[in-house]
This record gives sequence, structure tokens and C-alpha cells, in this order.
Amino acid sequence: MTAEVEETIKRIQSQKGVQGIIIVNAEGIPIKSTLDNSSTVQYAGNVHQLLMKARGMVRDIDPQNDLTFLRVRSKKNEIMIAPGKEMYAFLFRIQKPKQM
Amino acid sequence: MEIVYVYTKKRSEFGRQCNFSDRPAELHVDILPDISLAANFTVRDPCNVTVQCAEEMSEHEVNTERFESESRGINHVEGGWPKDLNPEDMEVTIRYRKKVEKDEHYQNTIMQIAGLMEHCCKQNNATDIYQEFFEEEDDEVVEESEEQPSAKTINVFRDPNEVKRTATSLCWHPDGNHKLAVAYSSLEFQRAPNDMSFDSYIWDIENPNKPEMTLKPVSPLVCLEYNPKDSHILVGGSYNGQIAYWDTRKGSQPAEMSTIEHSHRDPVYKVIWLQSKTGTDIFSASTDGQVLWWDIRKMSEPFERLVLDPSKKGNLDNALGAVSLEFETTMPTKFMVGTEQGLVVSCNRKAKTPAEKIVCTYSGHHGPIYALQRNPFFPKNFLTVADWTARIWSEDIKESSIMWTKYHMAHLLDGCWSPVRPSVFFTVKMDGTLDVWDILFKQNDPTLSLKVCDEALCSIRVQDNGRFLGCGSQLGTTTLLEVSAGLCTLQKNEKAMVSEMFERETKREKILEARHREMRLKERSRSEQSREDEGKEADGEESTEELVARAEREFFDIMEAEKKKEWNEERQREKVKDEKGVCEEKDFQEEHETNGIANAELVSYSDHVRNPFYFHNLMYF
Repeated sequence: MTAEVEETIKRIQSQKGVQGIIIVNAEGIPIKSTLDNSSTVQYAGNVHQLLMKARGMVRDIDPQNDLTFLRVRSKKNEIMIAPGKEMYAFLFRIQKPKQM
Repeated sequence: MEIVYVYTKKRSEFGRQCNFSDRPAELHVDILPDISLAANFTVRDPCNVTVQCAEEMSEHEVNTERFESESRGINHVEGGWPKDLNPEDMEVTIRYRKKVEKDEHYQNTIMQIAGLMEHCCKQNNATDIYQEFFEEEDDEVVEESEEQPSAKTINVFRDPNEVKRTATSLCWHPDGNHKLAVAYSSLEFQRAPNDMSFDSYIWDIENPNKPEMTLKPVSPLVCLEYNPKDSHILVGGSYNGQIAYWDTRKGSQPAEMSTIEHSHRDPVYKVIWLQSKTGTDIFSASTDGQVLWWDIRKMSEPFERLVLDPSKKGNLDNALGAVSLEFETTMPTKFMVGTEQGLVVSCNRKAKTPAEKIVCTYSGHHGPIYALQRNPFFPKNFLTVADWTARIWSEDIKESSIMWTKYHMAHLLDGCWSPVRPSVFFTVKMDGTLDVWDILFKQNDPTLSLKVCDEALCSIRVQDNGRFLGCGSQLGTTTLLEVSAGLCTLQKNEKAMVSEMFERETKREKILEARHREMRLKERSRSEQSREDEGKEADGEESTEELVARAEREFFDIMEAEKKKEWNEERQREKVKDEKGVCEEKDFQEEHETNGIANAELVSYSDHVRNPFYFHNLMYF
């Protein structure tokens, strides 16, 4: 199973424009990351709060609904966040948006 | 009941002149009270009257003292590690991580998420979902929708001292524009209170509560400039005539000050950094009539001195006091000085003798020239702000400005060009308004006029990007404003249109100048023939007493002429009154008007010549 996981991650990493992947668990510990430690920690800390807020908002508007995906697009890059079940894990990647 | 009064006049008497006469008042109708009417009414008893018994209250507004806040941030450091784990320890963390990875739940989740992620990735790669269509056309559409020019206040920096001083000069930090250095002093002669602080501040524009750094000079600073090459060095000219420079890395005390004996004798109104290889040269101007050049490494003595004597003799008593300086780095040999007397003196640095240093003067203002700046795009044209007007000059025309604003109700105290748009400039007035002028859009009025504060605005500086500007007021409040995008983006063809406009106005002035010269020559030749004794010399060689006597004579002559004219007119009017008769109001008015215009035209010809404002109106309307 772990091999499959590794493979999947590698596949995503090899996609065009992907700068990095970070996998964080529910406690905020980055499990896997292709970036250096300090950036990883920074991203992990900041994204967590954003995710909570986004999820809360979606649930607020419609309690049956749930957040499936979150994209944050900025001038220089794009961060894509996928929350997992029970906030167990989410991974995000930073991709350079095309045609800036 | 109706009360009617009938006015009658015989038809044959229509059109006759009205003869007014006085007579006492006549009573036409007198209605006496009729007591029998009271029978239709009954006396009301009781009457309802409302009375309120409550405490008198008044409304007051209270504003709390400024709440000082500081921004602090918290950094998220790795967290979430179980208590027994030491996050610094690499092995332990790796082991923990591996353990998590082996967990099945983890793996399932990852597979799920990964699928989702891949889908989005591929989506992104397939098409750019945020692509902007019609990008070029968008720009045009935006321009046509003509956004109203506007400016809004972003931040206000108040003088933290109890005793408020005027913010006399501002300077933006050369890189990054996040800091603003403001010089505070009280320019009112001997009216500065004893406990007034001498400090000047450097503000960080994000934090209006507390200045970032204090500069403590020996005497309050009147002007302050950052070194454009080294942003840690600032030089300031102080009220007592000394120049001091600071290094912000070294602290609040000046790094070095000029010696009192060799400094100016009056407050230093402007200091500018020069272009030099060492980047340490400055020059300063003051109302004592001197312009001094210094090297900040050796502040004991200026290395050059110029006395602004228009007679070119270097006589300090005759010298004009300087209030502003102008120096453009693209023209390093020339510089200009704006004087207290309203003259702009253009000088050449490289001249061999002090007499040759002063090249020419431009006259036209009635009061001290508070601001002098060349147009950043067209250095041949410069802006001066003085008395109640702002004027644009061309270097070639020395007799008058090529364009000028109307005379305002309040003094204009400072002004500057926008560094990004050649047709836009800003001025500030004594009643606290900021005017933004766009000469391509409207020449008679400012494009935008904004009341920034109730007290006088004494200084203004625009940031290099043309978007933000800071203005300082008399009570030490510096306001940071942002102008709308329309005023700080270069329009199409703007440079070409502005240069055309300047050329056209310059040509017009040249033609006028030529005409004036011709007329003056004619007059002079005429007067020389008829009055050889008086020997008139026009160029400032008359002593002041003679000048005063001549001015008096001319004034009285004009007064006499006016009086005579008015008297003649009165006589004429009275004559007309007797002859004409009825319905003469209209005629009278017309007569008066025609007389008025004739009067204006009869006002001495020399006034025409001297008043280009009037002439300009005649030509263009």
C-alpha cells in the first residue's frame, strides 16, 4: 500500500507546474513534504486556519454540505488544498498559474 | 372684506417724467373693532396647557484619547508533536512520520485525496480557467468610462508633542517609499513658545501612532532631505542657519553640524543634494541672501558661496533672500533660486566669476516664491508657486510666465509636479485645500480641489510613483493621500500634447515680448527727444528714493486723471438726466455701462502693457 501511495504522490509531483506537495496530519505535523522545513512549517500553520474557516463556512450555509476542495490563487502562484476525512490529512501543492 | 385702492392717471399724462414729492401719511381705511362679533364666540374654560417638568439635558460629544496600538505577529512553529516527542530530534521525528505512513487509514485517505488532486491538476493544465479575455480592449473600455478624479486620505500623522509646530517640509524615503521624514519648526518669528520641542520625525507610513525615529537637532529643522544615493543619510537645514546631517544607523543626534560662523544668518529654507562622484555634496539657501555649497564630510566651512545680488556685485546688503532652490540632476551646471522678492534667479555653477554666476532673472510674482520645480518631463519649463497664484514658465521667456492660474482667495504655500504625468501638478493653500491641476483637462480651475484640514497646509510632496502624496499642515499634522488611478497613469499622447501646449504658450509669450520691446523702444525714443534733462534709466540704477518719488508721482497722476474723468462723467450724466426725462433708468444703465467700458479702455496704455492677464483675456475672448 505504501508503494502505491508513494507512486501517487510522485505522479502528482511530476505534473506540469507543480512546485511542491505537503501532507499534513490532523495535529498539524507535516508528514511528507517536498519543500524545505521552514517553508513547510509556515504553509502548514497558515493553511490549517484557512481550511477550518472555509469548512465552517460551507457547513454554516448548508449543514449537509461539506468542503471538498479549496483553491487559493495569488499573483505569483496557486495553492490547492484537499481536506481529508475528519481532518485527518490534507495535502496541498503550489502550482504556478499559467499566463500570468 | 376687500380693501381696494385705485391708482389713476390720465392717458395724456403717460410718458411724463415722474416728479416725486413728500407728503405726510394718509389713513385710507380704518377698521374699528366690532364688539357685536364677539357674540359668535364663547370663552373657553378650562384651557389645556402643557407643562413639562423634567431635567434639562444637553448633548455632548466626547472623543477618547487616541488609542495607541502596536502590531504584533505570532509565528507558528512546528506544533502538534506528541508530548513525549522532541521536535528537534531528527530521528524521533522521522520514526514518527514513518509510523504514520504505515497506518492504513492514512493510506486510504491519501489515495482519495490524491485522486481529487490529480483531477484538479489536470484541469489546470488543460485550460487556464482564469484567463482574461479581451485584455487590450478592456483597457480602452476602462479609459472611456472616465473615472472621476478623486483623492482619499489614507493616514494622518499627528505631531506627538503638546505644543504643535508647523510641518514645514517633507521628504519621502528614496527606496521603497515606506518612510516619510518630516521637519517641524515654527516659522513665526520669535513666537515659538519656550517649551516647543526641536525634534523632527521619521514616520513609517504603516504606523501613524508613533514616529519610527526622532531626529534631535540643536535648533528646529526647517527643511529635510534624504540622500538619494544613500538612504540612511539625511541632511537638514535648521532655523538658526546651521546645516546638520544624520545617519539613521547612528541615532538621533546629528552626525555632524556646520559651524555657526560659516553658516547662514537666517533660517535655511531649502537644502538639496547634488550630483557628485562622492555623493556627499549639498547646497543650501536662506533668506540672508546666500547660497552655500557644502561637503558633508567637512561641515566646518562651505566650499563655495554665492551672494544673490542682482547687481552682481556680491553685496550682501542688496542681496535677495532665497526661499526655494531647484536643481535637476539632468542639468548639473544650472540651478535656480526662488527669492523672497518674487524673482526667480537662474544661475550657472560653472561660471568663473561670481558676477557671471547669475545668468538671468524671471519676474512676475508678487511675493516670496515658496516652491520652484522643473517639470520632470520637460525640464525647460518650471513651476513656481507664490503669493496667490501658481505659474508655469519657460526658460526662454524672462518677462512673464507662459501659463498661470487665476488669483485665489488664499495664499498658495507649496506645490510640486506629479512625477508620472507631465500635465499634472499639485498645490496647497493657506485655507487647507489641496488642488490638483491637470492642464490638459482644464486650465482655469483645478481638476480636483480637496479640503484636507482647517488650518493652512504648508508643504506637499509626491511620492515617486505619483500615487501617494503627503502634505504637512500648520499644526504639524501630516496627511497621507492617495490619488485616483486616472491622475497617476500616463494617458495616451500626453507627452506630445503637453509639449505642444507649452510650445504654443511659449510662442505666444515670445510674440508679446517682442511687441512690448518694440513699444518700449518707441516710447523711449519719444521721451528722450522731448525730455533730455531727466535722463531716464530703466535698469535699476536709480536709487530707491528716486524710484519712490517717481512711483508717487505716477500714482498721483493716475488718480488725478481718474478723478477728472469721473467728474466729467457725472456732469454728463446730470445733463442727460435733465434732457431725457421718463424711463431713463434703462438708458442711464446703458450709458453707465458704455462709460464704464470706455473708462477701462482709457486706463493708461501702459497698464495694458504691464498686465498680461488683461491682455490675455482680450486676446482670447
